[in-house]
Amino acid sequence: MKADTNIGSQSSALEALEVVVQIDDLYKSFDHNHVLNGFNMKLYKGESLVVMGKSGSGKSVMIKCMVGLMRPDAGEITIMGKKLLNLSQANLDDLRSDIGFLFQGSALYDSMTVRENLEFPLRRHSKKFATDIDEEKLVIEALENVGLAHTVDLMPAELSGGMQRRVALARTLILKPKIILYDEPTSGLDPITAKEIIILMQKIQEKYGTSSLIITHDVDCARVVSDRMILLIDGINYKVGTFKELEASDDPKIQAFFKH
Amino acid sequence: MSIVVNSIPLESIRTRLRNFLLEIGELSIFAGRFFKEVFKRPFEYNEFLRQCYNMGNKSFVLVGLTGFIIGLVLTLQTRPTLSEFGAVSWMPAMVGIAIVREIGPMITALVCAGRIGSGIGAELGSMRVTEQIDAMEVSGTNPFKYLVVTRILAVTLTLPILVIFGDAIAIYGSYIIENIKGNVSFQLYFNQLFDAIEFGDIVPATIKTFFFGFAIGLVGCFKGYYCKKGTAGVGRAANSAVVFTSILLFILDFIAVFVADIFYEL
Repeated sequence: MKADTNIGSQSSALEALEVVVQIDDLYKSFDHNHVLNGFNMKLYKGESLVVMGKSGSGKSVMIKCMVGLMRPDAGEITIMGKKLLNLSQANLDDLRSDIGFLFQGSALYDSMTVRENLEFPLRRHSKKFATDIDEEKLVIEALENVGLAHTVDLMPAELSGGMQRRVALARTLILKPKIILYDEPTSGLDPITAKEIIILMQKIQEKYGTSSLIITHDVDCARVVSDRMILLIDGINYKVGTFKELEASDDPKIQAFFKH
Repeated sequence: MSIVVNSIPLESIRTRLRNFLLEIGELSIFAGRFFKEVFKRPFEYNEFLRQCYNMGNKSFVLVGLTGFIIGLVLTLQTRPTLSEFGAVSWMPAMVGIAIVREIGPMITALVCAGRIGSGIGAELGSMRVTEQIDAMEVSGTNPFKYLVVTRILAVTLTLPILVIFGDAIAIYGSYIIENIKGNVSFQLYFNQLFDAIEFGDIVPATIKTFFFGFAIGLVGCFKGYYCKKGTAGVGRAANSAVVFTSILLFILDFIAVFVADIFYEL
């Protein structure tokens, strides 16, 4: 199977933009299970790129390679001009302050309050802010962005699934990242809460102008948030295009994603 | 046919032995990483103190209760035999040496392996499967330093204190029985006890408790930190942390007694 190395129909408009993330020929295997087989991708400044694939297709593996949680077997990952695999641990940690990561299950620290959860990333990255920071102000501002300022002293266990996801989103926002990676942002949520999260993602994109990479198999989420989409099939970028282009495709492998 | 049938358990034993040795190897690497990270900055003082409170302070009641019952039972069980030989006056010495040298450290360590070791295994295991450890790493905090180093240090340093406390309560329990059954006064009992206990009884016993604490923390953290396979894996991590630590404690105890014996002979 051949990878689609195009960047989609808006190529001329996109090429004028800065590439913030570039992945070249990414390979990753677990024993005999070849998950990524030469995956390629470019994320442009300010765009929302959706990577869609079946469960177990390697979407989460790919996104974890992007923040250094997994090391690929081969390939190159460049984030804001820095080659990720060549970075020292200290430089990798510095780079991570520009990348927000929303985990699939929220991943809030359950032994800490909402406030402590949000303050946690500031422990390491407070020097990112030029002047002395007012942690309380940053925490409340981040929570207000997701409409949950009143939960600041609650424990994660006291929040519903949707609220936990929004607090997790606030935690990713507290360091004012340039790129936000969303790992299945709507999975496990009811349709109404999922829609709230999608609207929130759009609002954040508009307010902060972040570049977003969204990993999902939720077609409704992809329809609303995507500027561009990549279909990840058999470990490669099988097809790249807008939602409408892919939806209109007569390729049965692509159609399988859009048929409900 | 019989060769095939006989070769199955042999193969199974070989696989188990291989897995066991692999796990020992991984545990050694994990311990090596601990020693590498423990001296690196930044030091996580607040988390360390929080863990000392969680593991030490919250274990006092359990350790105290266990020690008290051990003291009572040991005295009750031994008294008839000593009485038969007309050696009841040796009771404080016998109980004191037994508790300080062996029973106190071992029972306290086993109780803590159950309470603290399984707690660490379950907590870190749960953090692993819910991606909290990954979230910590992405936020620029070294999770090994924050979670593992602090916990191992906390158990290593609090267990000796718990053992001393447990020993004291156990000896007091023994005194209560002696007081009831033999009408022995507090002063007489403790004079006889401290006359019998030597410096050489206390020092090796205290030193080995640091190793016991280190083993409890190390195995609990190792099992939890590398927990796999979802929520079932969390239960398995907690369970195997207790089993593995208990075995390790007996092995360490044997080594400690063996080494102490060499020093006694010198």
